Amino acid sequence: MKILEHIGEYVLLMGRTFRLPDRQRMFWRQYAFELDKQGTQSVPIDLIISIFIGAIMTLQIKLDMANPLLPRYTVGVVTRDTMLLEFSSTILCLILAGKVGSNIASEIGTMRITEQIDAMEMMGVNSANYLILPKITAFITMMPILVIFSVASALIGGYMMAAWGGVLTVDEYVYGITYAFIEKHVPYAITKSMIYAFVITSVSAYYGYTTRGGALEVGKASTNAVVNSSVIILFLDIFLTKLMLS
Amino acid sequence: MIAVKNVHKSFDGHVVLDDITAEMRDGSCNMIIGQSGSGKTVLMKSIIGLHTIDSGRIEYDGRNLPDMKEQEVRLLRREVGMLFQGAALFDSQSVLQNVMFPLEMWSAMTKKEMEDRAKFCLSRVNIQEAAWNLMPAEISGGMQKRVAIARAIALNPHYLFCDEPNSGLDPNTSLVIDKLIHEITQEYNICTVINSHDMNSIMEIGDNIIFLKLGKMVWNGNKDTIFHAKNQDLDDFVFASNLFKKVKAAHNKGQE
Repeated sequence: MKILEHIGEYVLLMGRTFRLPDRQRMFWRQYAFELDKQGTQSVPIDLIISIFIGAIMTLQIKLDMANPLLPRYTVGVVTRDTMLLEFSSTILCLILAGKVGSNIASEIGTMRITEQIDAMEMMGVNSANYLILPKITAFITMMPILVIFSVASALIGGYMMAAWGGVLTVDEYVYGITYAFIEKHVPYAITKSMIYAFVITSVSAYYGYTTRGGALEVGKASTNAVVNSSVIILFLDIFLTKLMLS
Repeated sequence: MIAVKNVHKSFDGHVVLDDITAEMRDGSCNMIIGQSGSGKTVLMKSIIGLHTIDSGRIEYDGRNLPDMKEQEVRLLRREVGMLFQGAALFDSQSVLQNVMFPLEMWSAMTKKEMEDRAKFCLSRVNIQEAAWNLMPAEISGGMQKRVAIARAIALNPHYLFCDEPNSGLDPNTSLVIDKLIHEITQEYNICTVINSHDMNSIMEIGDNIIFLKLGKMVWNGNKDTIFHAKNQDLDDFVFASNLFKKVKAAHNKGQE
């Protein structure tokens, strides 16, 4: 029953969130601010993790390939597809759920317990629309960019491993990452990540917005936001993969 | 004027407000007082629409709040200013931006006009120019309350609500805040509703006092009549401290 209550409250909150902003100017200002906060500021962690994962994956796949009949460029093929289909579109979102999700839940949760949200409501402002809508739209906007950066930097990481790690030649690696490339995997990965961006921001905003109590509850809201958005992403991953790739 | 008529409110069968009827006039500080658990916070939250009442009427110059649709309530709230117990300033915005916020949301002013209005309001509550660009965390509790008052009056409200305006403040700063609220109330002819249990405030600015006990209104008067009230519950609350017992004794002696 508790889960139905949460779903009901979440739907009602989204109903209040997805309305025309009271002031377009204020919305665009918040949107630009969130683009930087949720998006631009996530680029460094996005690049660092992706480069290392790309490099490690290249090394690991090469070491695990015991069959001498498999061509060496297969390492490039597997690295590319794994990064594009799963890491950069899903695992990256799980990582960002930790960074962005906890930030949103704790920010909105703190505003709730310090009566800042009540103050907005008392001014006649639709606080859900003012606070949550820019976060959701900005993160959805930035997510394709983060995915593209992630795939690109992972492939660069793999390239560096090929060049300096001595596990395969650069030519073999480059041939592998361009071999049998299926173009529709790109919109698939981007679409998937945009859905996850919505899940991360809206679920985290929900937990923040419904916080009651004090600092302890803000911490709990932050944890719940990360755990629940991660679980939802994992379930959705199975569903979306089945729906879009099979 | 705000008129509260036969208001009832209960939570899970527990009656918190029992047939409350009171009038809160323009240009006066209307104080809701009572012990903890008497229902004063619930009454204030009901008047501003944060709680839905079970029955009764809450009329803002004839407009009954419980009958209003969500959009009408939001429009009404543009006529309302509120000072929260913890000031509730937006911590991501500077002092000046906080005061400009309601203007940016609801006024048709240019940026320059909004800035001028915000600066006027800040000057009115004696916030010096040096503090205008500071963040809320960088100013004292008393200053935060004054900035919150400036924000509350930015849109020239008809109604001002103050929830425990003096909590956490030293006696001198409390006095400053009380005087400020009283001056602004009279200057702009606002209907001000204050939720308090600070006896100094009550004696200083209580133009109309509503005393609650266990959800019932047991006395209604003002700071002058409070000394002569023949009400044991009120006496127990007001003259709980030795200081006020002495004040009452001196007052009665002076009258003899």
